Parts: sequence; structure tokens; C-alpha cells
Amino acid sequence: MLARTRSSRQALRALLVTLALTATAACGSSSSGGAAPSSPSPAASTTASSPSADAFPATVTADNGPVTVAARPKAIVSLSPTLTDMLFELGAGSQVKAVDALSDVPKEAPRTTLSGFQPNAEAIAGYAPDLVVVSYDIGGLVSALGKLKVPVLLLGAPRTIADSYTQELALGRATGHVAEAQRVADATRAQIAEAVASVPKGAAPGRVYHEVDQTYYSVTSATFIGDLYRQFGLVNIADSAPQAAGGYPKLSAEFVVKAAPTLIVLADEGCCHQTAATVAARPAFATIPAVATHRVLAVDDDTASRWGPSLGVFADKIAVILTAAR
Amino acid sequence: MLAPGGRRRRGRALAVAGGALLAAALAGVAVGAVGLPFGGVVSSLLAHVGVHVGTPLPPVEDAILVQWRLPRVVLSALVGGVLALAGASYQGVFRNPLADPYLLGAAAGAGLGATVMIGWGPTQLGPLGTVPAAAFVGSLTGVGLAYALGSVASRQGGGSATLLLAGVAVSSFLTAGQSLAQQAHAEDLRQIYSWIMGQLGTAQWSDVVLVLPYMAVSVTVLLVSGPVLDVLAVGDDEAATLGVRPRRVRLVVLLAASLGTASAVAVSGLIGFVGLVVPHVVRRLAGASYRTVLPVSLVGGAAFLVLADLVARTALAPAELPIGVVTAFVGAPFFAALLRAGGGRAR
Repeated sequence: MLARTRSSRQALRALLVTLALTATAACGSSSSGGAAPSSPSPAASTTASSPSADAFPATVTADNGPVTVAARPKAIVSLSPTLTDMLFELGAGSQVKAVDALSDVPKEAPRTTLSGFQPNAEAIAGYAPDLVVVSYDIGGLVSALGKLKVPVLLLGAPRTIADSYTQELALGRATGHVAEAQRVADATRAQIAEAVASVPKGAAPGRVYHEVDQTYYSVTSATFIGDLYRQFGLVNIADSAPQAAGGYPKLSAEFVVKAAPTLIVLADEGCCHQTAATVAARPAFATIPAVATHRVLAVDDDTASRWGPSLGVFADKIAVILTAAR
Repeated sequence: MLAPGGRRRRGRALAVAGGALLAAALAGVAVGAVGLPFGGVVSSLLAHVGVHVGTPLPPVEDAILVQWRLPRVVLSALVGGVLALAGASYQGVFRNPLADPYLLGAAAGAGLGATVMIGWGPTQLGPLGTVPAAAFVGSLTGVGLAYALGSVASRQGGGSATLLLAGVAVSSFLTAGQSLAQQAHAEDLRQIYSWIMGQLGTAQWSDVVLVLPYMAVSVTVLLVSGPVLDVLAVGDDEAATLGVRPRRVRLVVLLAASLGTASAVAVSGLIGFVGLVVPHVVRRLAGASYRTVLPVSLVGGAAFLVLADLVARTALAPAELPIGVVTAFVGAPFFAALLRAGGGRAR
């Protein structure tokens, strides 16, 4: 019996972590601009392209509310691969002191054994940071660091791409790189717009199936990945799932076959070794238009799970496979 | 020998469970995330066995039915049946109502095996192939360790209680190992979590073929041990005077039950509740003789899991719920109601 209790407790813990991730993602969007891409977010509204925009103290709005950074930070700790990428892109790389074990972009980021999934407030404090940026508030990390008087920016996975630009601007304001942050956001926006424009408009909109793993976990339009597909005018087959199933519903093989997607994006090449060939080999999958016309795009797990500047590259890949003559 | 009344009762219980399984299987095949016309489903199924009546489904729908839905129903039935049978056998061997198939480290070992494979597995093989193998090996290793530890300890006196405690110790140890492995690969948390919650969603005929031989051996051995378990129920010493060798019986039954559990876990992850509760429900409704409890648990467990999986894949269709959530969510209230209705009756 104890064995059962143990394993269910373990399952429960995993569940709690998952819930925390989901909750953070949900808060992320609500406090950083919501689903309306055009509404100016609090973070964006503090930015102006005058020199004084980089003045300190700076107050920015993150998922954990308004956060005041007293002086230009010189020892930033990032526990999020996406936020690490953003920080270096907007020119704050030299101010970054430590990043988590999964922050592999860019190569020169000072990688440590710190973990964003099982964060240790004491280990983080050991780097004497003057700013900590995280995407998940696991184990009360934000309040723990708050007690140590370290400002923490909680910027979780956004529900729209516009929200990710807002995050970039917030990071720019908090690190003293407002103009660069605006440039990075504009460049990504332009890259995505160009990719979308390069795809000839078909008679009927395509249907996309995004595979998070081979047990048919997918994403709906209420996620930044889904938002990207929406910008391409694609209908997301996961949107048929009821809202109660969340932004990352688990679909089934029979549903995917029946939904007949014209584009399949595999975000499980790295984790689960799924490729166009393994998908085609699944029973009945050969009947799916995307498989028949070779529109199965395998992207590495990171490309499809990071909402920073790499979204532009992701958009390019989608444009290429949609445009290629078959 | 069962008294004629008992045999009649067993026949009736088996008929009821069989009817429930048939109904669950029919519903399971007919209903799913994709709506298929019932007439077409029947025509298609008949066409595959050479009987041509009515209009079969178009090719895509037929493929959905035959290649995805049918193996899923069959695998649910196999897994549910084997888990319930193994649970009943464990309860008999240990004379303990709280025993279930995961008691001796089968779940903890499988969890460790699966987690290690998901975290560090060989890249040239898809997890669909390597994770089940790792879970199977881990499951049997867990039970093997518990049994070895229990045997060593029971030489200094103890009996079946010692084995139970050994199972607890081994489970805790392996679970700790699994947590450690999970910590080292936090980025795979969702995959590990999804495996622990149980899954039948990727079931294919190849899974059925893979586990069928092990399950057949396990089921055969367990079904013929019913009479011996009835004798064992009176206590080790009394059983010995009746010519039963408790240690040997315990070893054989545990081996067979663990083999079945390991095969089930390999293809479906950790599905709780079935192995613990189905035998109790059967005992309440059909009597406590293991000659009845074992076969009826097999059929009843199959019906229960087919039904639970049907709920898992239709409640939020086209999205799915984790099967482990459904078995507990549907099963627990039902069991509670049964306990209440049973009132003062002993287990």
C-alpha cells in the first residue's frame, strides 16, 4: 500500500509542477497584455525612445506584478532559456552572470548547473544577483528571492506572440536596453510578417497538427505557437478540443487521422525521435494529406518551445515547407 | 470442490461480468473521438472476418476503427483483466485486503526503468520501443529484489508479513531512485508524468502481440491456483497440514502475477486502482472463494478498464484524460457506494 501511496504522491508532485507551469503561463498572458495584441501593455508603455528611457530606478510589469530595479543590473541570473536568449539579443549579455543548465543559446552564455524546474533559492543567491529572471515560479521561488531583496522578473510562456514582444521590452527596460529591445522585437515581428507574406494564399486554409510528443499532446491557438500558426492562416486541429482540456490538450491518433491536417509540425524529434518517416509508418497515417504531400516539418524541441527571437526562424521554416512545390 | 450453490453463483457472476465486458467492448469500439456510424462499424468489423453485410466504412474510417480503436479496446481489456487478476492473487497470497499488483516494487521498479530510459535512452530507438522494455525489466527487478530480501529476512522468522515489508522497503528505495533520475532530467518531466499517469492512447496491434504471450502464461497459472489460494486462506500452518506448501505456492503465484503486472505496466504505464478494487467488488458481489474471485476479477477488470478508457477518450473529446485519473475518479465513488451498501458485512 505504501508503494502505491508513494507512487501516487510522486504523480501528484509531477501534477503540481505541471499545474504550476500552466498557471504561470496563464498569468503570463493576463498580466502582460492579455490576448489583445494591439493594446499597449504596462511594460511597453514605460518605454520611450529618448535617452531617459534607460534611467534607473526602473519599474516594469511582469507576471508577478510591478517590479522595481534600483540600478542598472550588473549580475543577472536567468533560469529560462528563452529569457537568456532575449537578454543576449538585446545587448544585456555582458550583465548576465549565470544562466540555468538548459540555456544553450547563445553559446557564450555563462551556463551553470542551476535549474529552472527545481530552483534552489540559496544557490541562486550565491551568485549575488541584482536581478533574477525566471519563467516558472516553482516552489515559491519568487517570494523566497523577494525576502532576500533580489528583484525577480517572472515572465512565463505567453499566449500570443505580441506578449513575447512585451516581455522583450520589459527586459530591455529592466536592464537599460530599451532601444535595442524595441529593435529586437521589431526585427522578429518583421521576420514573421515576411515569412507569412511569402506563402501564396491557397484556395482553402490549411490545417495544422502540432505534435508535442508521440502520445499526441498538442497546442491550441491559445498558446504562442498556436498564435504563429494563426498568423499563417492555418486552422489548428487542436482547437476542436474543449477549453477544459487546456492550451496543451492530449489528442488521439484517430482524431488526427480524421482531422486530415495538411501540415504536421513535429516538436518531438529531439525528445522522442519522431521524424516524417516514423509518422508515415503509424497505422493509417499515410492517408493524411500532410504525410502524402511531405509537409511534415520536424523542428528541434527548443525551436518550438521558446518564444524569444528564435520564433522568426521557426516562422521561416514553416514558410519554406508551405511554399515548397509538391 | 465448490458446493453446487457456489458453482451456480460463480457461473452467474461470470455471465454478468462477461456481459459487462461485451457491452463495454461494443461501446468502446463504437464510440470515440471520431464519430463513426454504428451500422458502418458493424459492417466493417464483419467484413474483416469475411461476412459481407451492409455498407462498410470508407477506407480512412475503416483504418481508424481497425488500426487504432480496436487494438486500444483489446489492450485495455487485457491490461485491466490482468491487473485485477494479479491484484486478487496478491490479496490471496498475502491474506491482506490492501495488497495490489504494485505492492512488491513492480510499480516503483517500472517507474525507475521508464524514467531512466526516457532520460538517458538510446537515441536510435524510439521510446515506444525502449520504454516498455525498460519498464518491464524494472518491474520484474523490483519484485525480484523484494522477494530476495524477503526470503533472506524470513529465514530469521516472519513469513508473508516480512515479504510485505521487504516490498515496502524496495519500493521506497526504487521510488527514491526514480525521483533522483527525474531531478536530473527535469526537462523530460512532462513525458515522465504522462507515463506515470498511465496511457492506452498509443495502443497498436504490435503492443497486443508483444504482451499477449506473457499475459497468457500469467493468466493460466493464476487461474489454476484458485483452489490452492482457498486453502492458503486458512493460514500457513493449517494449509501445510492439508498438503499445501505455502512458500512454494507463494513463489509461483507471485511470479505469475508479477509477470502479468510487468507486461501490463510495460504497455500502459501505471494505472492504479484496478488491481486493488476490482477484486473487492467481485468478492462483495460473488463471494470470497478464489475459484470465483480470480476468473470474475479477470473478466470484470477487463470490462472496467475498457469502460474507464472510453470515458478517458470521450469526456473531453477530442482531448483525452489520463486513464489513471479516470479509474480512480469513476472507481472510487462506486467502491465507496458498494462499501456503504455492504454495511456491516466483513470483507
